[in-house]
Amino acid sequence: MIYNKEIETMNIPQMQELQLERLRDLVKRVYEKVPFYKKKFDELGVKPENIKTLSDISKLPFTTKDEMRETFPYGLLSTSLDNIVEIHTSSGTTGLPVVAGYTENDRTLWSEVMARCLAMAGADKSDTIQNAYGYGLFTGGLGVHHGAGSLGATIIPISSGNTEKQLQYMQDFKPTVLTCTPSYSLFMAEIARENGLDFRNFDLKAGIFGAEPWSDNMRVEIEKKLNLKAYDIYGLTEIIGPGVSCECEAQNGLHINEDFFYPEIINPETGEVLPEGEKGELVFTTLSREGTPLIRYRTRDITWLFRDNCSCGRTTIKMHRILGRNDDMLILKGVNVFPSQIENILMKIENTEPHYQIIIDRESSQLDNVELQVEVEESFFSDETKDMELIRKQIYKEMKQQLGIALNIKLVEPKSIARSMGKAKRVIDKRDLPKAGEI
Amino acid sequence: MKVKQISVFLENTTGRLAEVTKTIANAGINLRAISIADTADFGILRIIVDKPDKGMEVLKNAEFTAKLTEVIGIILDDEPGGLMKIMDIFNRNGVNIEYLYSSLINENGSVVIIFKVEDIDHGLEIVKKSGLEAISSF
Repeated sequence: MIYNKEIETMNIPQMQELQLERLRDLVKRVYEKVPFYKKKFDELGVKPENIKTLSDISKLPFTTKDEMRETFPYGLLSTSLDNIVEIHTSSGTTGLPVVAGYTENDRTLWSEVMARCLAMAGADKSDTIQNAYGYGLFTGGLGVHHGAGSLGATIIPISSGNTEKQLQYMQDFKPTVLTCTPSYSLFMAEIARENGLDFRNFDLKAGIFGAEPWSDNMRVEIEKKLNLKAYDIYGLTEIIGPGVSCECEAQNGLHINEDFFYPEIINPETGEVLPEGEKGELVFTTLSREGTPLIRYRTRDITWLFRDNCSCGRTTIKMHRILGRNDDMLILKGVNVFPSQIENILMKIENTEPHYQIIIDRESSQLDNVELQVEVEESFFSDETKDMELIRKQIYKEMKQQLGIALNIKLVEPKSIARSMGKAKRVIDKRDLPKAGEI
Repeated sequence: MKVKQISVFLENTTGRLAEVTKTIANAGINLRAISIADTADFGILRIIVDKPDKGMEVLKNAEFTAKLTEVIGIILDDEPGGLMKIMDIFNRNGVNIEYLYSSLINENGSVVIIFKVEDIDHGLEIVKKSGLEAISSF
């Protein structure tokens, strides 16, 4: 089923007309209402009336994640706080989180795009959706929740975790659609196996997985172990949350809800716009957002855009599954982490030195297993094991508090962390994920 | 009266202990006492050697994380109740023991028990008062 047939099967010229109309409104609005953008536009000498065609968008400045942090918390709101009905923040932080504010219309928009995505994965009002994305400031849980509401499906708002209960609910409520991170789906499969449960006896037909990068190999594994069709969904808090794009039954690229989120691919070095089919950094302009509208937001995600005559009938532009990132951000257990954050936390712990290495593995448990190896320096070496255990626990606690994820802390001998060209290799990622270096 | 002990941080991987013993053997240093405290991930090797300063130097040159700690070495009466006697004195006088281990047998056949106590000066004072025999070096 196509949720919004008019929009999702619109011909290209009509879509572009709609996008241009919305873009011009947006540019005018942010210029008038967001001082941050007025300043940026003025610096480039660009006025709202200079935007006459869609390709004129390249005259507009980019927005970066750092700028979003610098304007924390409400610097990018284009409307009074009175009109904001919901707030979300990005997972993980390098200092301050990124804040997204939603007006009533934004929430309606979000529900609409999420309903479209759920429908892309074959869901309709007759379905029961077990929503195992986390509820809270993270956009995953509530994004799906809003979308299911618009679709009229039955939602089980179980949130993430409590795996045995998840499996029990699958038997009791017989959900037909599962939404969670791809790694959590495999973890559930593992726990099911340990408890003698077989997904073939469940009613799940589709899983909509996102919030972390995954691969086609992982799709094969998930589909086999969970006995369902696995769909990739993409989104980010800055733009709206989940619902920016999603795979349809063809499982060949993600249809972008381009009437709301205008995509561009740029050369990350020069900022130059690249044609369809060329790989580069994905950039979005939120054509209709009211709370925190963004002009040319640099996602740092690498992919390419394409159009095909999709068998599903949708005409919206597609993006390929994310290929990697052009910065060193890691997504660990669904949380964004920069190695520099780990370094800063270590430096704040008395006497420890930032000689560390992060080893990420997904083999044994299907969840990210993250080991942080910290070199033992003379400054905090003690001849008593209890002192060393105390330091290990302190590092664990600080990491947990500040990053929001549990790392396994391992104390290692100095110099055991390989140094190359005087610079230590900080991250060893053994997960089967696309790597930036392969792009 | 204080004895210098060398502690070395070791990962729980094969060959690391062999590497330490090789390093000190090559420097012509003799081991007098040895013990390891181990956890799931790492171990702390504690040794008493005949030339502690030299020992530290060669271990550091070999890039081990090592440090010197002061401990008390008490000659044990080689008879039933020998250790109990020391423990009893420490207990009665509030000497808090972090860990202890035994030395190798000396040339004259005696054995020394190495004590790491919370407050070494207090510990030594008690040792002296109680007529126990502490050694200063091997």
